[in-house]
Amino acid sequence: MNDIVINAVLSLSALGVAAAVILYFVAQRFKVIEDPRIDQVNELLPGANCGGCGYAGCRQFAEAIVKNESLEDMNCPVGGDESMKEIASLLGLEVEEQLKMIAVVRCNGTFNNAPEKVQYDGPASCEFEHNLAAGSSGCPNGCLGLGDCVESCNFDAIYINDERGIPEVSEKNCVACGACVEACPRNIIELRPKGKKDRRVFVSCVNTEKGGPAKKNCSVACIGCGKCVKTCPFDAITMENNLATIDPEKCKLCRKCAPVCPTGAILEANFPMRKPKEGQEQSDKPVDKQIELKHTTTVLMYPEVPKPAKKAAPKKDTPNDTQKQSKTDQGGKEA
Amino acid sequence: MNLFTVSGSPHVHEDRSVRNLMLGVVLAMVPAILVSVYFFGLGAIRVILISVAACLLFEYLIQKYVMKTGPTINDGSAIVTGVLLAFNVPSNLPIWILIIGAFVSIGIAKMSFGGIGKNVFNPALVGRVFLLISFPVQMTSWPKPQPITAGFVTDTVTGPTPLGILKEGLDAGKTVSQIEPELPSYVEALIGNHGGSLGEMSAIALVLGAIYMLARRIISWHIPTAYLGSVLIFSGIFWMIDPTHYVDPLFHLVTGGLMLGVFYMATDYTSTPMSAKGMLVFGAGAGLLTMIIRFWGAYPEGVSFAILIMNAFTPLINRAFKPKRFGEDVKNG
Amino acid sequence: MNLKTFKIGGVHPEENKLSADKEIEVFPVPKKVYIPISQNLGAPSKPVVNKKDQVKAGQLIAKGEAFISANVHSSVAGTVSKIDKVIDQSGYKRDTIIIDVDGDEWDESIDRSEEINRDITHLEPDSIIKKLGEKGIVGLGGATFPSHVKLMVPEGKTAETLIINGVECEPYLTADHRLMMEKGEEMLIGVSILMKGLKVDKAYIGIESNKPDAIAHISNLAQKFKGIEVYGLKVKYPQGAEKQLIKALTGREVPSGKLPIEVGCVVNNVGTAFSVYEAVQKNKPLMERVVTVTGKELPKPSNFLVRIGTPVSELVEKAGGLPESTGKVVSGGPMMGKALTSLEVPVIKGTSGILVFPARVSKRVPMQHCIRCGKCVTACPMGLEPYLLSQLAQKERYEGAEDERIMDCMECGSCHFTCPSGRPLLDYIRLGKNKVGQMIRNRGK
Repeated sequence: MNDIVINAVLSLSALGVAAAVILYFVAQRFKVIEDPRIDQVNELLPGANCGGCGYAGCRQFAEAIVKNESLEDMNCPVGGDESMKEIASLLGLEVEEQLKMIAVVRCNGTFNNAPEKVQYDGPASCEFEHNLAAGSSGCPNGCLGLGDCVESCNFDAIYINDERGIPEVSEKNCVACGACVEACPRNIIELRPKGKKDRRVFVSCVNTEKGGPAKKNCSVACIGCGKCVKTCPFDAITMENNLATIDPEKCKLCRKCAPVCPTGAILEANFPMRKPKEGQEQSDKPVDKQIELKHTTTVLMYPEVPKPAKKAAPKKDTPNDTQKQSKTDQGGKEA
Repeated sequence: MNLFTVSGSPHVHEDRSVRNLMLGVVLAMVPAILVSVYFFGLGAIRVILISVAACLLFEYLIQKYVMKTGPTINDGSAIVTGVLLAFNVPSNLPIWILIIGAFVSIGIAKMSFGGIGKNVFNPALVGRVFLLISFPVQMTSWPKPQPITAGFVTDTVTGPTPLGILKEGLDAGKTVSQIEPELPSYVEALIGNHGGSLGEMSAIALVLGAIYMLARRIISWHIPTAYLGSVLIFSGIFWMIDPTHYVDPLFHLVTGGLMLGVFYMATDYTSTPMSAKGMLVFGAGAGLLTMIIRFWGAYPEGVSFAILIMNAFTPLINRAFKPKRFGEDVKNG
Repeated sequence: MNLKTFKIGGVHPEENKLSADKEIEVFPVPKKVYIPISQNLGAPSKPVVNKKDQVKAGQLIAKGEAFISANVHSSVAGTVSKIDKVIDQSGYKRDTIIIDVDGDEWDESIDRSEEINRDITHLEPDSIIKKLGEKGIVGLGGATFPSHVKLMVPEGKTAETLIINGVECEPYLTADHRLMMEKGEEMLIGVSILMKGLKVDKAYIGIESNKPDAIAHISNLAQKFKGIEVYGLKVKYPQGAEKQLIKALTGREVPSGKLPIEVGCVVNNVGTAFSVYEAVQKNKPLMERVVTVTGKELPKPSNFLVRIGTPVSELVEKAGGLPESTGKVVSGGPMMGKALTSLEVPVIKGTSGILVFPARVSKRVPMQHCIRCGKCVTACPMGLEPYLLSQLAQKERYEGAEDERIMDCMECGSCHFTCPSGRPLLDYIRLGKNKVGQMIRNRGK
């Protein structure tokens, strides 16, 4: 009986020792020499593996940083400046402060603004619908609302508002990794600087059609009228392919462009509401209308422009234009 | 006026749904149900109804309270599982055992894998094998068939199955010709007048249902043909070598759960291969395993185990036996 | 009769050939036509007319300049009102020449007589190819591949057999059937011209056995033509697919990823053969085509000879008007056609039919879990595993999908058609094909 116990203990111990020795030599033989700083840098990264830096994951990013010995064009959008500064001090490098960015959805084609003209029936994939047809509203550039962006987001930062049918970006969660920008087949989402006090002004439309056809499908489309371009005192707005774009670097957030937009396509984020001036008729002056959002703390608003058909045109320069637009607007409703 | 619908092609769909297919299977089992009622009376009805009801209930409860997904009990797959489980047990099985079987079938073999379409093993067979191992006595006391005269209680006289008689005899050192008088005749076996589980009684009734399923293209011919073929060939070879110890192939065809297994359980969609080649391999393998268990295994019957073992190989078979691609390795003469 | 067919896969959709015995009606010239400048596979053509230009029917209005492109001709006489973006079948906007119709004056060079011109002895292959290119002939089966390009056999390959597709395996459609019945002889002359253009001495015409009258009629006429054989084919979808038809008629299998010329075959549609006849013998460009307008609840299913560019709404009006119940309108057949977003789209060279579905059948059947029944595998005519491909595409495992030969899929729709769980297999496979295609193209860079 004792023999058995002793034999068993001895043979198992011998086995263990033998295995340890083999393992030791194997480990020596196949040792990978790695810069210890890679591990250290990796520690400082958030570990989200989102790919927002342009590398496959945090580890690859860390390797690249250590290898390049430079932080130029290297940025981790998730960790932000804090992480980058820590990495810089660890490696004794310089780092430029990056603008804080956020994903912005440049479409306001909600169920109300861009009513359904055909029903789409198929898999919940924007990309598929995009390849199949122009979309249920008929706008060839508008949001399809099937949530490819939501699917792509690793940070719980973008959601489809089911009452509006378009996505909303969470101010808090978005790290500007750019996954949704990639995922959107219609290039509606773009990364823009978060702005001072999180305030931003942007054209919420990417439709490149001419005014009439664009307006036919969506009441808040950019119709390429150019009023905002003329209004902007800082030359921050450019018009290309019937579409206005606000350059965030030039924009001084003066809020002059939004009230002149006849369709309300320019949206303002996180500004205080304009107050109607006393003594003035309310219909004379644009009044801010807040868009009700569900999944974000962002306050989105647009100045509602009084209908020109109901009263004398406030601006004399383009009476014909406005009349035409109101006509196409009605035509759109009938169709 | 309706809004136009826009969707990808095709714009027409075959008039067939999962529910439609499952109810087709149930319909195909009606002849076998009738035969079992004829031989076992109300006891058979009791077992079938309770089994179906328990399967449906478990599927519903698990889906509602555990998985919290949309209900799939409307698709009829639980009914098929219920009837098949009932077919695989003796008609006098105590109700509580039957309910445990239904729980194992639905709860463990089907829902814990994720529900319909995701189970690896045939749920009814898992339930049956579980019961066979856990309750060997109750599961192997088959009541003697008593055409219609029997009342509600049928467990008065019990007797072994033909395969049981054969196995016992051979183990006792007898030859086939010595055992033969105790065995039912082929006619009896075809009609179903012998001991056995509820649904495996009548080969004719089962084949009748199978023809219906084949005609409606609910099942394809591949698995049954390969299965029956390999059983015939394998048992035939041994019968020709040594007829004193191996009974003739026809006997193997008509007895035990072979017909039931071949047409109703080896053709289960989810747990069997998808390509024609894979199905043939699956059938042949199951046939071979059935005969190996029947000849040399501890159990007289091997269909359930054979199918379950082949179920485990299904993913591998799917990977190894791809359908013949069009335009691959072409030899144009 | 010994019927031929292909071996792997295939399905049997309900045939519903409602307009099979409706003679081809000449559709009146519309008031306005919309002629997209890109109607064929390949590069778009370039407009050669300007706003306010007067055009005659048959006049060149857009020139195909790339190797794979085709000329576009005016189908009416009138004034070019503008060249603008107009929605196409999918709702996207394409450059389109809009012409206001004025009278019906045809280009003088077109022979408008009814007389059949049987003399093809003087034709040379080169002149045939040139003529087809000039007259903008494209494949009328649906893919709209320019016909003159098809006749240019690449170096190192030889064409042995011309295959003429009279299968019309898509349910509902009857345009080719009626054409064979009414213009059989012209079509056969067209076949002879194509044979000459390809320098081959045999042509097989495949017709499915649900058109026994067409088989009899064409077989009868074909006796007068040398080298043309007519075969009846078993009714099975997708028999009209190029590769499947070649397999059925010759037993040869086009290797994966290759063109039919690899096995010495060139496939053309009967409609194409007829327009080849018109182009070569009558000097008439491709400016009209036969379109089946049909649907179970449409009052008058019909076959129309329509000028290219006619709005679909006018066709539907002529066929009895859109029923109140309509929920979907499809351009092409029910298996491979495209759902229209609006009726205000023009008939183009590839439009073989307009199908009107009532709302109650226009929606997809509700999707359920895959039960792994393998019916899609059995149905796939390319021997693929649609369930696997759609799963791989859904999980974005595109390399795996490529290894499983997703690019072999020809999008016939048999898998989705047969799936008892109503899964949109083809939709996901299409998505996957798109991605894998991009991947392959990027690799080439």
